Amino acid sequence: MPGIFVFGTIENGIPSRSTLELLTGAQRLAAGLQEGVSVGLLGPGDAASLYRYGVEAVYRANDPLLKEYQADLYLLALQRIAQAAGAKVLLLPGDSLGRDLAARLAFRLKAGVVTDVIEIDIEGPEKMPRFTRPVYGGKAAAVIVPKRFPVVVTLKPRTFDPAGPMGQGKGKEVPVEISLDPAQARTRMAERVQEETTGVKLEDAPAVVSGGRGLGGPEGFTLLVELARVLKGAVGASRAATDAGWVPSSMQVGQTGKTVSPDLYIAVGISGATQHVAGISGAKTIVAINADPEAPIFKVAHLGIVGDYKAILPPLIAKCRELMGS
Amino acid sequence: MRIVVCVKQIIDPELPASQFRIDASSNRQRPNGHPLVISPYDENALEVALRLKEKVGGTVAVVSAGEPSAISALRKGLAMGADEAALISDPALDGSDAFGLAAALARGIQKLGIPDLVLCGCESGDWADRTVGPILAEALNIPCVSFVAQVDGEDGRLRMRRVVEEGYEVWEGAPPLLLTILSHESNIPRYPKVKDIMTASRRSIPTWSAADLGVEAGDIGKAAIRTEVQQLTLPSRESRCELMDGEPAQQVTTLITKLRERKAI
Repeated sequence: MPGIFVFGTIENGIPSRSTLELLTGAQRLAAGLQEGVSVGLLGPGDAASLYRYGVEAVYRANDPLLKEYQADLYLLALQRIAQAAGAKVLLLPGDSLGRDLAARLAFRLKAGVVTDVIEIDIEGPEKMPRFTRPVYGGKAAAVIVPKRFPVVVTLKPRTFDPAGPMGQGKGKEVPVEISLDPAQARTRMAERVQEETTGVKLEDAPAVVSGGRGLGGPEGFTLLVELARVLKGAVGASRAATDAGWVPSSMQVGQTGKTVSPDLYIAVGISGATQHVAGISGAKTIVAINADPEAPIFKVAHLGIVGDYKAILPPLIAKCRELMGS
Repeated sequence: MRIVVCVKQIIDPELPASQFRIDASSNRQRPNGHPLVISPYDENALEVALRLKEKVGGTVAVVSAGEPSAISALRKGLAMGADEAALISDPALDGSDAFGLAAALARGIQKLGIPDLVLCGCESGDWADRTVGPILAEALNIPCVSFVAQVDGEDGRLRMRRVVEEGYEVWEGAPPLLLTILSHESNIPRYPKVKDIMTASRRSIPTWSAADLGVEAGDIGKAAIRTEVQQLTLPSRESRCELMDGEPAQQVTTLITKLRERKAI
């Protein structure tokens, strides 16, 4: 039985971006541990598109109650298919779904759990997987090994590249019997509200302009939006700015918010709390604009301007507009 | 409504990286006498609890599983407005992982009497595993909603705003529930009043051992861990920030040149 299990999602007939990232991790584990890879799917979705990524088997639980996300029902179904698949290492995305499910699934499977993994390698003759994750707000990295199997592992989003094709492209689908009862759902989703701002998605943007407490208020974001537009990028924010209610939480970049790895990250009026810095370590060039020369953000930035953002952004926007020809 | 808030005491997470040291024997941060604080999101959780109590009535208890020093975190909780506090502290808990800590917390909460709501921070300011809260929900066999920014209560039914990538979801559920709390403009932690700090400093807080709570010895401590921290390392990030000189116009011109050299634009 394949020992590496990926909890997958299919979007528009193909594996979602987060599933492809998990498959990269799965391929690495499969090679090192000499195990096969299986994917668990809840509900419909074309399994065939998974086989070209080295997936041997797709275990599927299909029940109408799995159409909408509900943690209790998803957990019952996931536990069932993970057991049917004989999962040894279970990979889940480190996003809001994985954050909701991973630890509880581990409890039910009497498994270990490692979250927000950024690196996987295989150690020594015993071939133990080692998982690296950032801790202490990115001030350190911990290498974690399982003391037992199974182990539930979440991968930090946007850290592993999406998997490329490999293997024979052949696999089999295994239906897993499950009958769910609406009474098993102890909570109910009443509403889902999209807050995503228009334009480029924050996680995909090649340039991100983020604002923090130093902007002094929500109106400061107007200049950031303009700069982001000129750079064809997206606008982010620090926790201070989202907590103040200046911009929606979905714009938060950092440990608790989103991880971004753009070519260019411009932090405006952001002090550089570890919480924030943990979300931008993958950025290629970090620019800090801050009135306080002692702000810790200057410790992580490559380029910096000490000064008032209101004096700096307008000429910066003008110059970029000239360059980008927009 | 009866609410229990779990709080963790940690070394101040905003300590500059330059003062961060590793203790290789424990694979943890070396305390070095740095200030100890309540993990930030746990304070948001306490604020949510206090506001709910102010709105619908009830009681708030704070519980911590940790070192004896965590008594000061509990005193702060009392000073902020919690009615009751309890510390779970026992050398037998040393080296526990999230499952061990959750087992101890579950017993402590059961001793207080299963409340309507158990609140935890959505992640700790140090290890940020995001696991103790959800595991505690399982150990108590109650439903869990994670990354909740706001809670409203009405007639034994609660509405929770759960933050997700694209925005938020509104979840409904009946108590008992465990929620992990995210910071939000509606739950910025209050500062305790000096008078309340004085009063809290005189309160006696019970300390429970694992045996007091009937925690199975096999469920806690280093022997029970399911994953092990093999190594803790410091990332070798030594970026020197280049500062732009001159007036804003000059600074911007230099910045653009540097960005082009780096092919960043």
